[in-house]
Amino acid sequence: MLVYIVRRLLWLPLLLLLVGLITFALGLYGPGDPVQVMLGPHANPEAVARVRYELGLDRPFFVQYVDYIWKALRGDLGESLQYRGQPVGRLIASPLWVSVQLNGVALALGLVVGIPLGVIAALRRNTWLDYLTVSGVVAGISLPTFVIAPIVMWFLAFRFRLLPTGGWEGVFSQRIIMPVIVLSTGPIAVFVRQTRASVLEVMGQDYVRTARAKGLRERMVIVRHVLRNALIPIFTIMGLMMGSLVTGTFVTETIFGIPGIGRLGVESFFSRDYPVIIALTLLVASSYTLVNLLVDTGYRFLDPRIRYE
Amino acid sequence: MPQEGKKVSGMEEARAARQRGWLVFWRRFSRNRLAVVGLFIVGLMFFTGIFAPWLAPYSYRETDLEAVEEMPSWKHPLGTDELGRDQLSRLIWGARTAIIIAPAATLVGLLLGLLMGALAGYIGGRVDGLIMRLADLLFAFPGLLFAILVAATIQPRVEAWLKSIGGLEGFVKAGYAQVLVVIIALSAVGWPGMARLVRGQILSLKEEQFVEAARALGASPWQIIWRHLLPNALAPVVVAVSMGMGGVILAEATLSFFGIGIRPPTPSWGSMIYDNYSFWRHPAAPVLLWAPGLVVASLVFAFNFLGDGLNEALRPGL
Repeated sequence: MLVYIVRRLLWLPLLLLLVGLITFALGLYGPGDPVQVMLGPHANPEAVARVRYELGLDRPFFVQYVDYIWKALRGDLGESLQYRGQPVGRLIASPLWVSVQLNGVALALGLVVGIPLGVIAALRRNTWLDYLTVSGVVAGISLPTFVIAPIVMWFLAFRFRLLPTGGWEGVFSQRIIMPVIVLSTGPIAVFVRQTRASVLEVMGQDYVRTARAKGLRERMVIVRHVLRNALIPIFTIMGLMMGSLVTGTFVTETIFGIPGIGRLGVESFFSRDYPVIIALTLLVASSYTLVNLLVDTGYRFLDPRIRYE
Repeated sequence: MPQEGKKVSGMEEARAARQRGWLVFWRRFSRNRLAVVGLFIVGLMFFTGIFAPWLAPYSYRETDLEAVEEMPSWKHPLGTDELGRDQLSRLIWGARTAIIIAPAATLVGLLLGLLMGALAGYIGGRVDGLIMRLADLLFAFPGLLFAILVAATIQPRVEAWLKSIGGLEGFVKAGYAQVLVVIIALSAVGWPGMARLVRGQILSLKEEQFVEAARALGASPWQIIWRHLLPNALAPVVVAVSMGMGGVILAEATLSFFGIGIRPPTPSWGSMIYDNYSFWRHPAAPVLLWAPGLVVASLVFAFNFLGDGLNEALRPGL
């Protein structure tokens, strides 16, 4: 067990080195010169050369990369090109907190709505309630974020003028309602589908029949025997969901004008602000890996039958 | 299947057996009504894409600056966009872009995934470790961000390369260089999933007796992989391909939504949404924005159900 965790953790730095290398290479060989973007299209070539020299962008690829890693190890992620002189670490910190809050609320809503709906659909299998839920799930999975967002906006902000169109004022402001609706649609659908499927599977197990046979009340059977076993796969799904949440964040934050890392990422991409892009990629890659490690090891405590080689 | 060759006595009989196989497959498949609906929608997309020039009432690039952002009318059933282009025609032409990108990106991803997955699963050891770590690496990247970076990096190179070949300027001008860029970027993102799937299949099949028999008869590793392992691993791969096509359509639309994928005037559903986005308050917005959006959504939906139906029909054991 411990060996397994250590081995996975040892892989992490190597993974980050490689992710950094690839992003670095894409950045260096990618289109558009960040310095040109920074100084405008009519900047004089001498000024461009001087800024390139000041930023160390004229050095060979590997020298720049090793230098970057060396500084990153000491917590210095470089300076943003777009906002000159701003350290990347500080630039990312507050958007990161915004995105974590937004996604946290969306994920929580997904769990709170998705799991009960999935249980109900499974218990009322093949009734109109089940069919309605399942069709809703299909719609939720198929509808891309950038299609849901304008529909929600059109109804809530334009047609009925219930909510402001965007911006960010923290978790407890009404501005969070629309982005959360948009972001949580996918998770809700996935949780409902998974819960429904695993509840149905567990209901067919022998121990559920035994529990019923010994005269346990139906409510107890569901809560104690069915749910406890059915919810284990949900845990795995949560780890895998991080990827789609990150993609959703890019779209949602751009549309609703929320100052999170998604919007920062898109913005940095268009101004070729590579220090920020690399830092964001490393951040997402490491959190994705860590979350999945957490899920894989946590799994064992939930389901003692699982062993690791 | 290789281990069931004994009954075949003549070509006639083999053909009859094949026909019976298809019939059984169709009977199982058509039991799932949603899957049939999915198949119909997917068929409709291919039909529309192939016959777009005859189906579309207008050209996809013809602008009419006296009729911009119009509500639906008899003349323009789905209204016009910000340059007065007929929305219905662009939607129809968008199907052509989709039927080029979706199969191509899926196919390239599939071939790479099959190759890598089969090698990893069959050879095992260091090769397996190396290939799977590479797949892990690409998984750790936020998928969309990686596709965006790849697309942006290779875009100018692909265009320059196509121009240098000669005779392809028209191709580049018509916007098909971007189509190629999107195909490359999406298959780069897509292959690791396929490789994992194939590897898992191969690992479990490798221990089967018919593989041992083939090896005992002196078949080369390539023969074993190509003739014995891959055909038997095909069912889940077919399902994954169907679902993957839906994913590619969605990913293309997302790339285009950020203005990095297909750019106008080349018609693409994603870029139609992107173009009309700033007009979301306009009275025509529901039609301009929702029409391409719902087309994308219903295709993702169709491919998912098609995949489910294929899964049930090809793997009756489950």
